[in-house]
Amino acid sequence: METLLDFWEFIKPVAIILGYIVLIMVPLILAVAYLTYAERKVIGFMQMRMGPNRVGFFGYRLWGLGQPIADTFKLIFKEIVIPSGANKFLFIIAPIISIGTAFAAWAVVPFDAGVVLADVNAGLLYILAITSLGVYGVIIAGWASNSKYALLGALRSAAQIVSYEIAMGFALVGVLIAAGSLNLTAIVTAQQGEYGVASWFWLPLFPLFLVYFISGVAETNRAPFDVAEGESEIVAGFHVEYSGTAFAGFFLAEYANMIIIAALAAIMFFGGWLSPFQGIHSIFGLPVDLEGWFAPVPGIVWLVFKMMFFLLLFLWFRATFPRYRYDQIMRLGWKVFIPITIVWLLVVGAAVIADVPPWFAGAR
Amino acid sequence: MISPIAKTFKSLFLVELLRGLGLTGRYYFKRKFTLRYPEEKTPLSPRFRGLHALRRYPNGEERCIACKLCEAVCPALAITIESEMREDGTRRTTRYDIDLTKCIFCGFCEESCPVDSIVETHIFEYHGEERGDLYMTKDKLLAIGDKYEKEIAERREMDAPYR
Repeated sequence: METLLDFWEFIKPVAIILGYIVLIMVPLILAVAYLTYAERKVIGFMQMRMGPNRVGFFGYRLWGLGQPIADTFKLIFKEIVIPSGANKFLFIIAPIISIGTAFAAWAVVPFDAGVVLADVNAGLLYILAITSLGVYGVIIAGWASNSKYALLGALRSAAQIVSYEIAMGFALVGVLIAAGSLNLTAIVTAQQGEYGVASWFWLPLFPLFLVYFISGVAETNRAPFDVAEGESEIVAGFHVEYSGTAFAGFFLAEYANMIIIAALAAIMFFGGWLSPFQGIHSIFGLPVDLEGWFAPVPGIVWLVFKMMFFLLLFLWFRATFPRYRYDQIMRLGWKVFIPITIVWLLVVGAAVIADVPPWFAGAR
Repeated sequence: MISPIAKTFKSLFLVELLRGLGLTGRYYFKRKFTLRYPEEKTPLSPRFRGLHALRRYPNGEERCIACKLCEAVCPALAITIESEMREDGTRRTTRYDIDLTKCIFCGFCEESCPVDSIVETHIFEYHGEERGDLYMTKDKLLAIGDKYEKEIAERREMDAPYR
């Protein structure tokens, strides 16, 4: 009996963490599924089509809401074809690396004040490290496929992600100077202020925000930076040879990465779980207590709304912009974004030293 | 000639990208052109060239006189006709086959027919489940003609003033 209790004492923290992981993963996977649905719907609407509207539940169509579920089952039941010249081990491990890194980043994302799986002090650093690891999935997939298109796609993707990592890193340096912390929870609380939306970091760090978000689009290999896939040039890029569940892995990883980029943009520039009406008690002298009215709304709702906005931007970009030429991508990353971020870092540094209110008062 | 300063300003503030986003954003709310097919259908012209049919006269006699004009004009060589003399001295077909897998639906057979016997109907939702199902024989064609005679006659009536 005692040994059993000891064992329980030993296993308890593991079980609790596993429970939290399930609590994060299940909504995340559902979000990924319905993000693909939203993508098809939004792009369809922008092209004056309707998007998927047939597959529903229990005989009701429900605007095609069953589509992602049907797609999932289709992919699961398909055969994973492994090319004869492929390196089997690496071929299988590549999508696993992609998904693993895409999901691991969620460990440090705060959903509300104190609601975070791992309250790591170096959260920002962890995020940068983990999201950069994701490129290994792409490179390994491209190499292990033993296909020229896959290899070309992987090379493009590697060069692109490495270049944009720098601009993205600099943009995040701006955030950490402003917040004075690498901890994501601390970054959000540093954005608390009496001016609602205007007290968040996107206003003083606006160029950094733009650079961060565009780099994020490039980092996730989304249109208009999707040269790694580039349907019209190299078939499907790094995942040409993948099918079935292995392909679903890359698909899942891509969309999970989009969601994490959206979440980070919301956390670092748009005040994470903070209410946009914070500190607003009157409009033009009228006593409209917006903060009080929206006080019962839990923080995660605001975070989800902000994430949805950024995800919509991802889809909107894809519906609007044609793909960049490869040398233009490199020019944008190295010759435009990096100088902009460096200049703005100086501005932010000066602002922090000068204690510019309301954002940087007491940031040091 | 656009000045370099204006150009830098434009690209730095993403002016044209935002304009593009505005365009797609407006299209998001536009009316959708999608036709929900099995429930909604596009209007068909009376001249629509679909599945073939052989027609009869109102008294039940088949129209085809086996002149073989359609067989001769068919650019895809999809029509095969054999004929013989009947007891009453008229010439009628013993075999009238159209291979729909060869047919290109040009409508020449219908145009060439002197007695309006072979026609292309408005039917386009048909399929074959076995090999040979799309090889239309005289019986099948006559059956289609009998079944849709009303619609066929109606559509020919509608098109008559323009011929």
